[in-house]
Amino acid sequence: MKFAVTVTLKKDVLDPQGKVVGQTVKNMGIKDLKQIRQGKFFEIEMNEKDSVKAEAQVKEMCEKLLANQIIEDFKIKKAE
Amino acid sequence: MKSSVIVFPGSNCDRDVAVALEKLQFKNSMIWHKETELPKSDLIVVPGGFSYGDYLRSGAIAAKSNILSEVINAGKKGALILGICNGFQILIECGLLQGALLRNSGLKFISKDILVKVQSNKNKFFNKYKIGDVLKLNIAHNEGNYFTDEKHLEELENNELIPLKYCDQKGNIDLKTNPNGSINNIAAIFNKNKNILGMMPHPERMADKILSGEDGLGLFLSLMN
Repeated sequence: MKFAVTVTLKKDVLDPQGKVVGQTVKNMGIKDLKQIRQGKFFEIEMNEKDSVKAEAQVKEMCEKLLANQIIEDFKIKKAE
Repeated sequence: MKSSVIVFPGSNCDRDVAVALEKLQFKNSMIWHKETELPKSDLIVVPGGFSYGDYLRSGAIAAKSNILSEVINAGKKGALILGICNGFQILIECGLLQGALLRNSGLKFISKDILVKVQSNKNKFFNKYKIGDVLKLNIAHNEGNYFTDEKHLEELENNELIPLKYCDQKGNIDLKTNPNGSINNIAAIFNKNKNILGMMPHPERMADKILSGEDGLGLFLSLMN
């Protein structure tokens, strides 16, 4: 069972990399850009077949390691 | 005094801090991160460097290593723990200290000498300094921009839990003297019981008059008091 996890900085936390990327996009002439936030993406494959049990373990991973919840949010998506 | 310096793959200030400790006759042991037992120590140092190449987040992987659970237990029992630079990041990632260390606001890795002002000395780490002392120390980091919520910040400010703040030669603490965007110019913080200290500046790099200066030596001398 596959999952896709994205980790991004919380809204209130300054994302300097996203800002620079956004500025560069504007400089390239793409004027309609509103905002870019940069984050991390994880492709996760689990042996567990039961989707509820598998997702619970992915959630545990996110909370304990993949995201620092003081400054980051995470989103879990089932990939299949 | 017995001390232990924890060594991770990518630590690079471990030897410097050991030299400073041994100069002051600490009986020091270097402890590899895979060890599961910590020798009895009065002081545990989590040194600077780039543990695990800063993968995931600075300090995040090191915070889950074998030896860290021993460090956490010792810290909860009141052992003195000093986290310097990457060590500070590790202490935050493992939950011994609160808050977060974000990327420097200027987006650049900063490696230079800076000035910090001593804000509290009624503790095990700074009792050889006077409040208001301005120290020249060195910083070298990419993620030293300390951030925490308002409630915790108030707790830090009201309980003398911020021993060092970035300043200028006259001791002024303001935005101009803030190298990395750290909230309230914070350069170091304690936990509630003041037995755990995390700091971005490197005291071990200022422990020898001939090489650089010795403004950092007082910290190690304080620990022996």
